[in-house]
Amino acid sequence: MEFLKINHLKVYYPIRGGFFRRVNDYVRAVDDISFELRSGETYGLVGESGCGKTTTGRTVIGLIKATAGEILLEGKDIAKLSSREFSRYRRDIQMIFQDPYSSLNPKKRVLDIIAEPLRNFERLSPQEEKRKVQYFVEKVGLHADSIYKYPHEFSGGQRQRIGIARALTLNPKLIIADEPVSALDVSVQAQVLNFMKEIQKEFQLTYLFISHDLGIIRHMCDRIGIMYRGQFVEEGTSEEIFNNPQHIYTKRLISAIPNADPQKRKEQLALRKQVEEEYTNSFHQYFNHDGKAYRLKRISETHSVAIL
Amino acid sequence: MLNEPILQIENLRVSFRIQNEFYAAVDDVSLTVHRNEVLAIVGESGCGKSVLALSIIGLHPQERTRLEGRILFRGKNLLSLSTNELNQIRGKDIGMIFQDPLTALNPLMKVGKQIEESMDYHTSFSSEDKRKQVLELLKKVGIPNPEQTYHRYPHELSGGMRQRVVIAIAIACNPALIIADEPTTALDVTIQAQIIGLLKELQQQLDTGIILITHDLGVVAEMADRVAVMYAGEIVELADVYTLFSRPLHPYTRSLLHSIPSVQTPREKLHVIQGIVPPLPKLPRTGCRFQSRISWMDESAHETTPILREVEPGHFVRCTCYKNFYFPHDRIGDMEYGIS
Repeated sequence: MEFLKINHLKVYYPIRGGFFRRVNDYVRAVDDISFELRSGETYGLVGESGCGKTTTGRTVIGLIKATAGEILLEGKDIAKLSSREFSRYRRDIQMIFQDPYSSLNPKKRVLDIIAEPLRNFERLSPQEEKRKVQYFVEKVGLHADSIYKYPHEFSGGQRQRIGIARALTLNPKLIIADEPVSALDVSVQAQVLNFMKEIQKEFQLTYLFISHDLGIIRHMCDRIGIMYRGQFVEEGTSEEIFNNPQHIYTKRLISAIPNADPQKRKEQLALRKQVEEEYTNSFHQYFNHDGKAYRLKRISETHSVAIL
Repeated sequence: MLNEPILQIENLRVSFRIQNEFYAAVDDVSLTVHRNEVLAIVGESGCGKSVLALSIIGLHPQERTRLEGRILFRGKNLLSLSTNELNQIRGKDIGMIFQDPLTALNPLMKVGKQIEESMDYHTSFSSEDKRKQVLELLKKVGIPNPEQTYHRYPHELSGGMRQRVVIAIAIACNPALIIADEPTTALDVTIQAQIIGLLKELQQQLDTGIILITHDLGVVAEMADRVAVMYAGEIVELADVYTLFSRPLHPYTRSLLHSIPSVQTPREKLHVIQGIVPPLPKLPRTGCRFQSRISWMDESAHETTPILREVEPGHFVRCTCYKNFYFPHDRIGDMEYGIS
């Protein structure tokens, strides 16, 4: 059985206007997507800004309510639960946020920040709580004494690790990482990514990894889903997506990545031009009249593409 | 091979006052930008690359900043000019492209008018001519149907279109030099590729020099002709782009190149640079500034007063620590995460 299964998930936002602010239309932020996560893997959601990847992540963790569809966590549909019932499952899903500067309360000590989930879900004595927090603080490579410090006393990478420690305290099964390193410098980014890989093995975590950076996605993810305007255009293993992209949008994304080898400038430019031409010429092979992608079709065991 | 120099920075030092003490954020920087050349300045946040750019166009608050050295633009020292004299140059001969097009544009002003604004100051075109010029510019930066865009407000345009407008403003008066401060950081990859293409094209067309400031080595590899790598306010390596990527020498450059996850050549583990950049007041003022971050290297590997030395034609490196530099083998544990 799949660990997490998303079935025909839709998140629509009404656009109101006119007389009595009636609903005129909807913004289809997430429009009928289905995918599944296996236990212990890293699944990457990629796309450009506004494609609905963050909305998907936030819906899975329950910060946004789904308009339609199912989210099955180990077979139980959590999209239909009331928020009270949902809180029981919430401890299994944790989140790492994008910006470590705004996701930690500046007025709280590290101890209180990391202990917050524990206080919500477990009844621990102050000693036990402190021991547990210290354990996780050391796990993320910070000094045990740092639990009495405040967030501003740490660097960006350290803060992001505090955020990770907070996510780990309840022994979650699934961690949703929404652009966890895009606010960080490259050297710090490497530190956080390496660390996420290590704890994944240690705590047997499943990651839903959301990012717009294809280099990072390739480095982190086992399987990848490419999103475009609220829909999936392609899904497959990391190898398949990067070595054998099928959908024109995927090709376009990949060709747009700057090549870190200045010797290959000309080739890269030529490739981009070629893909761009293909994109304009064969648009209707890949998109319908409303500019929406077609349904996903399976082309191999693991690889699906949205084509006619 | 190199064209005539348009900008020469000589021994520039920019210091800021923090509690009655001046600290240098940019130290001993000497650079030359030539016509029809893209000079990239790379480094992580806080290395002084934006400070350097802003001091060229004099945008630092005067009462808190001390500028030493010379910045020669066509033979004139920009640091000794009055604000009025500087206003004759910036916006006309030196154009600026900012990082975030949404904050760089005036939300209450139509796009066309904003582009005209710089012409109002620097040229004496009639309003009809100006309008024609603006439409021409919008076409040049690849905006479809310029007539309509002329009357749009910034919020009605997409991120990529906004950045094109910002570029149009920068090139409105045919500048000899463009300073582009992270011009693509706020954009999606596909848009980034378009903007990089556009900037390259314009640079060839207008025969300008570009100072490209970025933290993204991918963008550097695609755009730059020469690259200066900055660390903690100093230039640690300077070379042409091909040399820098094929034979990087300074430990910082090499560490940076090792820490980026690459799509073309994926690797299992990324290199982590130990420790952090010390905050400005605590920056070591003597010795190699990168020393604390490669602590496994012997102290004798560093110079006591490191200078930027030409090790081969056109390739400059600071300090001698590059000579025997090696990466420590997969160290796990405290070192790796830069415990503090």
